[in-house]
Amino acid sequence: MVYFGDLKEKKGKIHIDKDRCKGCGFCVEYCPKDVLEMSEEFNVKGYHPPYIKNEDECLYCQLCETICPEFAIFVTLKKEEEEGEKGESRP
Amino acid sequence: MKEEDRHKGKNPIEDLLRMDRIPHIWCPGCGIGVVVTSFAEALRKSEIDLDKTAIVSGIGCTGRVAGYVKLDSFHTTHGRAIPFATGLKLANPELKVVVFSGDGDLAGIGGNHFIHAARRNMDLVVICVNNFNYAMTGGQVAATTPTLANASTAPYGNYEYPFSLPYLAEASGATYVARWTALHLRRVTKSIQEAFGKRGFSFIEVITPCVTLYARRNRLGDGLNLLKYYYEKSEIQHGADTRTLDIKYQGKLVVGKFVDKEKPTFLDCMNEHLGKVLGDKYKPYGGTHD
Amino acid sequence: MKKVKADPKGVLTGAHYLDGDFSLAEGALAAGCRFFAGYPITPSTETAERFSERIPTVGGVFIQMEDELASMAALIGASWGGKKVMTVTSGPGFSLMMENIGLACMMETPLVIANVQRGGPSTGLPTLTGQQDMMQVRWGSHGDYEIIALVPDSPQECFDLTIEAFNLSELYRVPTFVMTDECVGHMTEKVVIPPAEEIELVERKWFKGPKDKYLPYKPDKDMIPFMVKAGDGYRFHSTGLTRDERGYPAINAEFQDVCVRHLVDKINMNADKIIRLEEDETDNAEIIVISYGITSRVTTKAVQKARKAGIKVGTIRLITVWPFPEKRIKELAKKIRAFVVPEINYGQIVLEVERCAFGQAPAIHVPHCGGWVHDPEDIFKAIKEASK
Repeated sequence: MVYFGDLKEKKGKIHIDKDRCKGCGFCVEYCPKDVLEMSEEFNVKGYHPPYIKNEDECLYCQLCETICPEFAIFVTLKKEEEEGEKGESRP
Repeated sequence: MKEEDRHKGKNPIEDLLRMDRIPHIWCPGCGIGVVVTSFAEALRKSEIDLDKTAIVSGIGCTGRVAGYVKLDSFHTTHGRAIPFATGLKLANPELKVVVFSGDGDLAGIGGNHFIHAARRNMDLVVICVNNFNYAMTGGQVAATTPTLANASTAPYGNYEYPFSLPYLAEASGATYVARWTALHLRRVTKSIQEAFGKRGFSFIEVITPCVTLYARRNRLGDGLNLLKYYYEKSEIQHGADTRTLDIKYQGKLVVGKFVDKEKPTFLDCMNEHLGKVLGDKYKPYGGTHD
Repeated sequence: MKKVKADPKGVLTGAHYLDGDFSLAEGALAAGCRFFAGYPITPSTETAERFSERIPTVGGVFIQMEDELASMAALIGASWGGKKVMTVTSGPGFSLMMENIGLACMMETPLVIANVQRGGPSTGLPTLTGQQDMMQVRWGSHGDYEIIALVPDSPQECFDLTIEAFNLSELYRVPTFVMTDECVGHMTEKVVIPPAEEIELVERKWFKGPKDKYLPYKPDKDMIPFMVKAGDGYRFHSTGLTRDERGYPAINAEFQDVCVRHLVDKINMNADKIIRLEEDETDNAEIIVISYGITSRVTTKAVQKARKAGIKVGTIRLITVWPFPEKRIKELAKKIRAFVVPEINYGQIVLEVERCAFGQAPAIHVPHCGGWVHDPEDIFKAIKEASK
């Protein structure tokens, strides 16, 4: 039996396609855990893509994946958390 | 998509996109990409047969959506996406036909077709991305531009009254009418899912920032500013009277699901009536369809 | 090309007394047309009415759209949904359909449009005849493209040529036009409809290969690409923008060249197989009268009189007006004294005849601005003048 207090937080691994990003800043703004930050580097097209400030805070809420207009960022569940989870685990 | 592919760095949405055409042409901060993601999510969640789903777009920035989505897709003439979709649906009633186009395309030049398809209760899902102007051609005033907003063909400010699209849809006979802003990500997805599950004319308006034109001409900031602003100014009022949904320039946006009713579709009416009148001589057209 | 037999449900076998408009509808149903989207316009409305009555009983759909623009758009959509489709209209409606005719050409969509011509321009003479859209059918939409246009001269031909139009449009994946006029449309004559087994139909080239190998606009050996329909799982894309073989927009001069040449060449290079003419005594003629549609029937009287007067006159009846029989006209121009071209307009096909004659023989026009057919005497006078 799993009690409410014992429920483990999901942890996400963030994948960013830097060259597809157009630096709009939506993901950075709306990440509930402030995991992302705009970087100073330039991508191929001259935009500033985000970088992952602290991935440990990522809760796998997938908001960045849902909000990105460029399909440039997505999250996967960290491997060790996937026991008992089905593949396409979306809430 | 297989789980291993996700871990290798393939975005799951890529199954639903024509990856050979990505990156797309929309501006940085444009809300159309966000709506497409919400739409893709709805396609996935509703588990409909994607081989039997078709998407039809008109001309404009939103009109380019058909070119990026990996379904049977059609990029038709300006304003004529809805009658094209009508013909497609009637020729093959098994198809789920989605019309994904912009406010200028659907309510401006396509206004007549919009009201007639709603009147007939054609079984279509119409997603209208409303950015308050004709963006692709440079930000001209549209039928939905709020009074006093600036546009390239209203350089001193718009002095016309705009449409209230949910009002127009309901008055014409649509059976599902909802409005959201682009940032209402999962609510947009849910609305699209509900529309997929319904039969009849479903209309979903999504208010989206237009960075390069509407926002720039009206000094409203960049994509993020406008996205945030629309969301903050929005107020959810499910079931609100569509007569009260006017949008004033930079005013309150009433969002939510306004109409959700059942009514026989065009094919239902045709089959029922002709079956009654012609008796044995008539075989119902379209077979079973849900 | 795949040949199929007609569906007996749609074939009204027997000898009937029908008018041209009704015969268009019967021809379409016999050809397998199961979708009609149109808008009422005099003098073509009877065809739409006939469709609305007959098509539900043969398993098809009739929808009266809100205008002709919607009708054309619905037609293209339905054709991509897999059906054989048709609409019918007249001058003002024809003008409204032009933008989407361009889309149909660009998307290489088979469909049939009948134009029951009336006096123009603008509202003109709604209830009276004309042949005034002959250039518009070829050049009406913007851009470079090529279409096929057939002209019947009787209700029987309305039936026969509509079937032919469907076959040509399916074969060449091009909008095909049946250009009748109010006279033929409202004329009631005997129409013999054969049994279904005797009607041969052409079906479009369906692609049956693997799902990821389909290229919607890759020309086959015969210059015509394979087609699929929405719902077959090919997930193809079709656009009105200049496109490449995948159907994706390719907005540059290089692909424009490929695209335009293909759209025009696929008809022009097959012109010999498409063109149909009816010639009479053209071998030793000094004067040749070129006519089409209802005018060709009036011409017969004039030609009879001319021959009695000793003039060596031959006739050519254009059954296919577009693509225009350039080669034949060029050939004949070298041998004869003049062409006489009567038509119910102020000078349209005569311009083509003149162009193709290359100055070798004059093309004498016998105009009639519309509202009625020629007086055979006027045509006879022109023939007599030409023979001097």
